[in-house]
Amino acid sequence: MKAYLDFERPVADLEGKVAELKSIEESEGGVAIADEINRLEAKARQALSDIYAKLTPWQKTQVARHPGRPHTLDYVGQLIEEFTPLAGDRKYGNDKAILAGLGRFRGKPVAVLGHEKGSDTETRLNHNFGMARPEGYRKAVRLMELAERFGLPVIAFVDTAGAYPGVGAEERGQAEAIARATDACLGLGVPNVAVIIGEGGSGGAIAVATANKVLMHEHAIYSVISPEGAASILWHDSSRAADAATALKLTASDLQRFGVIDAIIGEPLGGAHRDPDRTVLETGVAIDKALAECADLDADAIRRHRREKFLAIGRSL
Amino acid sequence: MNWINNVVRPKIQGIWRKREVPENLWVKCPETGEMVFHRDLEANLHVVPGSGYHMRMPSAARLKHLFDNGEYVDLETPEVPADPLKFRDERRYTERLRAARAKTDRSDAVRLGYGTLDGLPVTAAVQDFDFMGGSLGMAAGEAVITGMETAAQRQTPFIMFISSGGARMQEGILSLMQMPRTTIGVQMLREAGLPYLVVLTNPTTGGVTASYAMLGDIQIAEPGALIGFAGPRVIEQTIREKLPPGFQRAEYLEKHGMVDMVVHRHDLRATLSRLCRIMMQAPSLAEEPVVTAEPVVDEEGSGHGQISAEAAD
Repeated sequence: MKAYLDFERPVADLEGKVAELKSIEESEGGVAIADEINRLEAKARQALSDIYAKLTPWQKTQVARHPGRPHTLDYVGQLIEEFTPLAGDRKYGNDKAILAGLGRFRGKPVAVLGHEKGSDTETRLNHNFGMARPEGYRKAVRLMELAERFGLPVIAFVDTAGAYPGVGAEERGQAEAIARATDACLGLGVPNVAVIIGEGGSGGAIAVATANKVLMHEHAIYSVISPEGAASILWHDSSRAADAATALKLTASDLQRFGVIDAIIGEPLGGAHRDPDRTVLETGVAIDKALAECADLDADAIRRHRREKFLAIGRSL
Repeated sequence: MNWINNVVRPKIQGIWRKREVPENLWVKCPETGEMVFHRDLEANLHVVPGSGYHMRMPSAARLKHLFDNGEYVDLETPEVPADPLKFRDERRYTERLRAARAKTDRSDAVRLGYGTLDGLPVTAAVQDFDFMGGSLGMAAGEAVITGMETAAQRQTPFIMFISSGGARMQEGILSLMQMPRTTIGVQMLREAGLPYLVVLTNPTTGGVTASYAMLGDIQIAEPGALIGFAGPRVIEQTIREKLPPGFQRAEYLEKHGMVDMVVHRHDLRATLSRLCRIMMQAPSLAEEPVVTAEPVVDEEGSGHGQISAEAAD
């Protein structure tokens, strides 16, 4: 069964009717019904296109969190050949909220990182909903050190509500772990590309998204705090999340305007969850292009490029 | 509006402001409830004499205490675009900014100073909680970077006193971007081979801890300071449990290996001075008595240069 967001209700109704007619057609057949199906399908497409043409920031937030949206494992599975996951930070444990490994992208050796949210109850629990603990960030640092040593470009998929707020995470230095990961990104003499595929949640995101090229999906969000968090702190009312989402300017087009991201990856009509395969393919094209743009730079130039890019953010608004 | 309104009125307002008597002549210790006269508190570096509770120390007092004879150059901090998000919650961000500026007489949360510490040139920054919770926005981020760049240019250690609730939400993603941006500043210090000393004061949380506040070569915390990435309330809501006693306090962090030491404010200056000298390969103060114009002999008869230097502040 398809999961519909509440603002997709008109589409859900139309598609429901189509499904009903199709089952009738299967059992009975007839030209009249086929025409009706075509008409309804066109209408559903139109409704979808109308809705998605003017999504509010809060609606985008819901699309970005859609359970059917492709996650890091989907991208890795289809874009990375010979993917070999690596476990552990060699200090305390293995955090499954962050996936790390080596593989090949279009034949070329790369290092891959990404938050994995999971896709059903069991895997969501297993990956802690993509909310990493210090071990996750320290594993990321370890991977980046390997990448640096073996000259592997780093591809990072960002999809997290944020770093996990827990007692153990704090005791083991959540803040320091995030800071060191950002530091490691900035120190890389190999190019890195980050793709915000769903939620770019604050420090937990920036820890792996401090990249030469930051790409973002059309309906992804990237923010200093979740709309709910901002609503409860600034409005003292977490039900004002929709207002907070608007005020925070967390959509891809806002961030491109601020110079925070380098490119937007378009999504299929109705969002990435309606056609995950195509989304993944388009993402592969965008990553390839981003890496190609860094291909001629030597290690120093790569570091300088990243540094200058981040230092320039906000200086010419 | 004529020119008289433009020129004269602010002066009159200035006089009125100055005439206002400070509201709280007596300050209550948040821990014991003990009442302390504000001058006594200031004289004791804003540490409550009886309980030892470390109150927040204003940024000017902090720098004055750090530098020799209380003298330092107030370094200018860069101007940044105002309110790029046109942010509005229950109030406009521009209004909040104006109120904070009026209250503190500062343009934003970070103050920079350059001077000498026991004769050694140092650059220092104070992130002041009094200005919108010491939150890290573009202005504070640029100021921290400027401080670090200045230290690198002048070849001095960089000392960062921090008190902050985290990122400034009203600047959205541009506030988040200060985390990597300030980390670049830390890298500049590292490349220049200069010590970066962080003093975490009450409270330091959020995005600030997840960047330059936790990247010091030396991490010092003041006693009792709340230090953490996620706020205690958020954690409680997430795990639905009561937090262990002393959780996220300076002593707790020391126990868990997250800071090098917890230092009483009275000993902070001497500790910073000693560490800066060692890391900068400067001679020890014990070996090199500070030459004063007249020999200092106090009642006890121990006229060490070190003591006279300390007495200067």
